[in-house]
Amino acid sequence: MIPKKEAIVKLIKKAVTSVPKDVEEAIKTAFKEEDNDIAKIQLKNIIDNIELAEKSGLPLCQDTGIPLFYIKINPSSSKVEIKKLEAVIEEGVREATEEIPLRPNVVDPITRENRGNVGEKIPIFHYDFTEEDLFEVTFVPKGAGSENMSRLAILNPSDGLEGVKKFVLNTVEEAGGRPCPPTIIGVGIGGTSDFSCFLAKKALLRSLDKRNEREDIKRLEEELFEILNDTGIGPMGLGGRTTVLGVHIECADTHTASLPVAVNFQCWAARRAVLREKEDGVFEIV
Amino acid sequence: MRKFYLKTPMSMDEIRELEVGDVVYLSGTVHTARDEAHRKILDMLKEDDRKSKICELENRRFSNEKFPFDLNEGVIYHCGPIVLREEKRWRIISAGPTTSSRMNDLAPEIIEKYEIRAIIGKGGMGEKVREKLFQRGVYLAYTGGAALLAASKIKEVLNVYWEDLGMAEAVWELEVRDFGPLIVTMDSHKKVFCRGG
Repeated sequence: MIPKKEAIVKLIKKAVTSVPKDVEEAIKTAFKEEDNDIAKIQLKNIIDNIELAEKSGLPLCQDTGIPLFYIKINPSSSKVEIKKLEAVIEEGVREATEEIPLRPNVVDPITRENRGNVGEKIPIFHYDFTEEDLFEVTFVPKGAGSENMSRLAILNPSDGLEGVKKFVLNTVEEAGGRPCPPTIIGVGIGGTSDFSCFLAKKALLRSLDKRNEREDIKRLEEELFEILNDTGIGPMGLGGRTTVLGVHIECADTHTASLPVAVNFQCWAARRAVLREKEDGVFEIV
Repeated sequence: MRKFYLKTPMSMDEIRELEVGDVVYLSGTVHTARDEAHRKILDMLKEDDRKSKICELENRRFSNEKFPFDLNEGVIYHCGPIVLREEKRWRIISAGPTTSSRMNDLAPEIIEKYEIRAIIGKGGMGEKVREKLFQRGVYLAYTGGAALLAASKIKEVLNVYWEDLGMAEAVWELEVRDFGPLIVTMDSHKKVFCRGG
């Protein structure tokens, strides 16, 4: 069944007023392990801010992002009509904008006229068709500070893994403090130019305790995690031990003549929430 | 670490005392301005310049475009807040800093024209800004995303200008108290904060 508009508002509220537990834990660990005074100030501000959001039920960052929805659905067993679902979600976004409130962030790219938070082809919907008996809607409010630092490179196949590592490192170093580190880094390798970007962003949906299931990719994630934290960029780019909280890589096979690599940044305010159908018409936020 | 509790308007003596790495808590008045507000200010300055040249040619007296707010020796906050209209007043909900580098090319002329004493933002700014801040002002870095913490230090919305630019891009005149901890990452002596040293 299609969730009610109110459930969408609750989903959005949960996402913009908290960070997932795995991220909160990682930030607290970073604070404990940090010995740089200025870095400690930054991390303390972040921890205090998360607490304030929990107490007040208000958006923890003023950039409540551009709305992205990742929908997992079983096309053979589900009776959900996609167009109706999208209409309800759009209504939910409009209501959430007034009620929570969210910042009206969506503008026409040519005229810069403000649209609120629903506009031409926005929210962005992504569908993942599954054979499981599952229906869930993941909401990600993606802020511009981190999104603006996204980069794509089409490397030569001969650049190989070393080329991939170099590109990710350069991208993170160039971004410095701008994407609000400590960040989570999503890397998409393979596919086509657009598909590697999609994979890089989708990688950010994964929780911090989960590594890629392929052993060689998992090792690459761990290696990049070390390399990026060794940069010393630190919280807000002001120096310190923790530059990234995690590195998630997603891969797709690619053309024999191509090596696309995309990097997508997620700021420490890694807001996301999932609405899952428990039984027919009953939803829970997880 | 040296800590400073400062009030606006800040004197040049106070500004000169600040060095990169210092911590500042600021009280007084700040104006938010992002991309669109910067562009609008620059457009108005350009228009002034054009008109003053015409007046000069025609030997007439020139009067400036009327600016709705006063930035002179003031503080610019790179921020697009969430603000709620309540009955007769505005209430700041969430108001952290935005990425300052987007204003790298827009800020220098404004810093010079208005003798800006401080810019508050996140992520730092470029070389041209550093040069204009020489013997003028400082760049103060605040924690990106710490928007509720920032809002808790904002006591009042004194005014809003250019609301037609939208909530994020409008200029909000805010009264702040002990706003911070802010880190001086560019001082008025041309120094830039280097991480780890």
